[in-house]
Formats: sequence, C-alpha cells, structure tokens
Amino acid sequence: MDENLAAIWLTLRLAATVTLLLLLVGTPIAWWLAQTRVWFKGAIAAIVALPLVLPPTVLGFYLLLTMGPNGPIGAVTQALGIGTLPFTFWGLVVASCFYSLPFVVQPLQNAFEAIGERPFEVAATLRAGPWDRFFTVALPLARPGFITAAILGFAHTVGEFGVVLMIGGNIPGVTRVVSVQLYDHVEALDYAQAHWLSGGLLFFSFVVLFSLYTFNRRSSTSFGPRV
Amino acid sequence: MTTHSKGVINACFTLRHEAFLLDVALSLPAKGVTILYGQSGSGKTTLLRCLAGLAHAQIGSLSVDGHRWQGEGEFVPTHERPIGYVFQEASLLEHLTVAGNLRYAQSRAGSESSSSRSLSNQELIELLGIETLMQRKPHQLSGGEKQRVAIARALFSQPKLLLMDEPLASLDAQRKREILPYLEKLRAELEIPIIYVTHSIDELSRLADWVVVLDQGRAVANGSLADVLTALDSPMQRDDAGVVLESTIVSREEQWALMTVGFDGGELLLADNSQPVGTKLRVRIDARDVSLTLSRHQDTSILNALPATVVDVSAGHSQGTVLVKLRLGPKSTAAPDGEKQMNAQSGFHWDSAELLLSRITRRSAEHLGLAAGSEVWAQIKSVAVL
Repeated sequence: MDENLAAIWLTLRLAATVTLLLLLVGTPIAWWLAQTRVWFKGAIAAIVALPLVLPPTVLGFYLLLTMGPNGPIGAVTQALGIGTLPFTFWGLVVASCFYSLPFVVQPLQNAFEAIGERPFEVAATLRAGPWDRFFTVALPLARPGFITAAILGFAHTVGEFGVVLMIGGNIPGVTRVVSVQLYDHVEALDYAQAHWLSGGLLFFSFVVLFSLYTFNRRSSTSFGPRV
Repeated sequence: MTTHSKGVINACFTLRHEAFLLDVALSLPAKGVTILYGQSGSGKTTLLRCLAGLAHAQIGSLSVDGHRWQGEGEFVPTHERPIGYVFQEASLLEHLTVAGNLRYAQSRAGSESSSSRSLSNQELIELLGIETLMQRKPHQLSGGEKQRVAIARALFSQPKLLLMDEPLASLDAQRKREILPYLEKLRAELEIPIIYVTHSIDELSRLADWVVVLDQGRAVANGSLADVLTALDSPMQRDDAGVVLESTIVSREEQWALMTVGFDGGELLLADNSQPVGTKLRVRIDARDVSLTLSRHQDTSILNALPATVVDVSAGHSQGTVLVKLRLGPKSTAAPDGEKQMNAQSGFHWDSAELLLSRITRRSAEHLGLAAGSEVWAQIKSVAVL
C-alpha cells in the first residue's frame, strides 16, 4: 500500500509540474498559432498535434535517443553537468510535456481565436499597446480555455503509460507512476491492489471530465472551446 | 494636401480590398461634427478605420490638427493616437463591469490632454444617464445602454478626435430615439471634433456641421451641411432634397399653441413644442413641402410664406419636376454679413444657412417664368423639428 501511495504522490507531482510548465510554454505557442498567417503555420500546428495520433512508444523512443548520452539533448545536459535525463523525474517531466502539449495548446488556441479581432481593436482605441492588450484582454477573455487546458493537461499526464515506460523505466519513487505500478500489480497477479488503483484512476478520470463538461456548459454563453 | 495646418484634418487614402477601392483626398475642419454619409459599401467605415489606424491604407497620409499620423514610411499605431472610437455594434469588454470598462479607458488616458473636454467624467456619466449601471456586466445591459457606456468610455480616454461608426445602426427605432438626444447634448458640450458615420438622413440632419458624401469609395461631396444639402448636383438630391436650418425659439403664441422660431433668413411659425424661449433647435424643410408664388397670398391656410430670390433652377431627378434653390430674404438684403463664418486659417466655408430648396413641376416653373434672380414667395407647407 505504501508503494501505491508513493506512486500516487509521484504521479500528482509529475502532473502538476507538467501542467504548470505547459501553461507557461503553451500560452505563447497557442497565441502565436491563433494570430499568425505565415505559410508554415500548418506545419507547426501539425507538429504540436502529433502526440494525439502517435503511439506514445514512438514518442518515447525518439525522446530516449535524443536525451540519451549520445543524443543532442543528452550532450547538452551532460555539458551542463546535469547528466542524462532518461530514468529521472525531470526526464519524465520533459517527455510528458511533449506528450501532453496538444491537450494544452489546442484549447488555448481555440479560446484565443474565439475572442476575435474586435476586443483588441477596442483596447487599441483606448490606448492599450500590444503587451497591455495581451494581459488585459486576451488572458482574461480566454479564461475558460485556460481552465480546460489545465484540466486536460493534468489528466492526460496522469494517464500516460507508454512514454513513461520508455523514458522513465520503473524506479520506485522516481519514475514509477500509478499506471506503471498498476502494470506491476497485474504482472504479479496481485488483482486486489490492481483493483484499487484502476478503480481510483477510473473515478478520478470521470470526475475530471464531468467537472470539465459541467463547467463548459455553464460558460458556453461566453466562449469556451469545445472539448 | 500634405500641409500640417492647425484646425484641419487632411486625409488622403488609397486602399484596395478585393474588388473595393477606397480613394479619397479630403480636407475637413477639426471642429464640430463631420458626417460621413453614404450607402452601405460606400467606404464610410473603411475611411473611419483608416483615420483610427485600424486599417492601414497602402498609400495614405493623414494629419490631424497639425499632428502627423500617417505619411511616407510613417504610421502611428492606433494605441498612440489620441482618439475615441465608438463601434457600430456593442464593443464593451465582456470581462469587465461598466465601471471597469470606464476605468480601463481612464487609466490609459493621456494626462496632458485633460483640458480637451469641458465636461468632467462625473458630468459625462450623468449626461449619458449611466450612473445606475456602473456595477453591471455588459451582458446585463440593453443595446442602448451598451452604446451609451461605449460613448462614455470613448470620451473617458480624453480623445482629441472622436470617431463614431454608425453608433445607432444596431439599435431599434425606440433605442435610437433614446440615444439621439444624448448625442445632441454631446455635440453641444464637446470641444473636440467628431467624425460620425451614418446612412441615416435623420441623424445627418440633426448632428452635422460638415458633410462628406461617399459613393463607391470616392468622396462625391465635401462641404458644410447647408452647402451639401443645397448643392443641386449633389447625390443627396435624389430622394432627400431639403434644408436644415439652425433656429432659436423667439416667442410663443399660446392662444394658437404656436411658437415663432427665428433663423438667419427670417422667422417661422411652428407647433408649440413647450420648450422655453431661447432654446436652439434644428428644423428641416423638405423641398417637396415648399411651393412658390409670385405674389404674397393673404387668403391661404399656409402659415409660413417667406420672400426669397431664385438662385438656380435645375432639372429634378424625377421627370417633370425641377429643383429650385432659393436665397431667403428680398433681393437687396440677400447676403447679411452678420453670421458669416469664414475660418481664416483653413478657409472652410460654413455660411449659406439662409438657403431653401423647392421641388415643383417643370410646368409650374415655366408658367411662373422662374430663372436666377426671380423674386418669389416660398410657401412652406410643413416643417420638421429635429
């Protein structure tokens, strides 16, 4: 049971860290995608969306190579004296950021696009410069999108498995998240423990999606993105 | 056209958008209300957006009251122009209350321009009647209330130029009647120039000092209200021929429920509207309500008959009629110097308030032998108080 709690705690810590980082990184990407008209916008949007369709193991395989001792990211982290990222907590964080990126960027992009041009024109005629407009118009009007993005990013990170196995392996307290722990229980034919974790995840996922859809219905009078 | 004169708005824009081409070169007075008038698709809104910097004309120059906003390789972005802008549809920031919207404008207003308005913010709130709405969110307001808040917000930013894009177009007739009096009060109280887009002849008649008529992206008329209304070749004459007179209530005849209003060219008897003597009002006289006689008729039910001199006669837009341009008053005293307003710096011609238009049949015109210089009596069948 202690192992289960450790796995749950690790999972929550990972999901919270990833969600926070993704909101910071995803907001400018989503804003850029919502605003830009450059010809390679489609390519960037496709790259952001790739984790939606790729098997997580494919993503995990490439990340393992690039973050490993002979990969470009691995070379950088070694030069900085951090060592290599695979099989560490921060390795999981980086991998999960890639894996959950579309779940944060797309709701934000939808929310920014739904605002339209007019509120920004209004703010400009009231002497608000570009940064001012971003912080006082774009961010508050996209609030439903931020809530959706944070919930989806968090929940999706909690539910990952393939990427974790490829990048993190199965180190108790470091990389053994709930889904991996569950896999271990099943391998060991410990179905009672497996039931606890599976039921817990099922319940958690339902509550998250239920609250999300309830929230979106209430705020659909303004402009929330469809999930 | 590239002068930086004070008191003048010089605007030249060439902007192509798909099949539409806006191509104007205008000199406007930097005072009073200038109406951009025209049918939808004539380019009024595009021109207003160019003035605000919301649209960027490929070729353009703009200077406002001596300040350059656009020129060769130069473009002052919207948020650095001291303008107020009222959009056609409600445009309040939805995440802020009414008070929050006003604060948004106030906190970003330039401090150096605080003297550009005679009204304090509090007076403005009262004048627009929004003091009870302050804590509401925009979605709790009616369309008319939203537009009044939007107007107040535009003025809270201490603009030196107020741009209004059909602020009444999205409202029903009742809401229009509700807001127009506020606009008329603002017109009287504000010291900054207003550029106002509309396709409504009623709003034009009530608010305009200066008029630009746009048609298919070009300015087809540009002059004072009276000049544009009485130009016989103006596109305004198609259906809406008539004049607007600025008058003052002089006295009332209570036994008949009538009042006398005076204007530059004479006096008119109107139905009493119970406003006090001295009140200024605009009246509109449609050309089709003015008939002409060679001598004064005493035995007639028509109350208002004024002596006038024919200035010009032109073929009407419908067959069988002519449009007659008249100068009120007998021939010799036709041009009193009293109210002549010539802007010395810019040479804008504001005068000609004593002109009248009459639409009569060609047969009558020939029968009366009307030509430039003929002395007639203009019988005015009805006068609309605006």
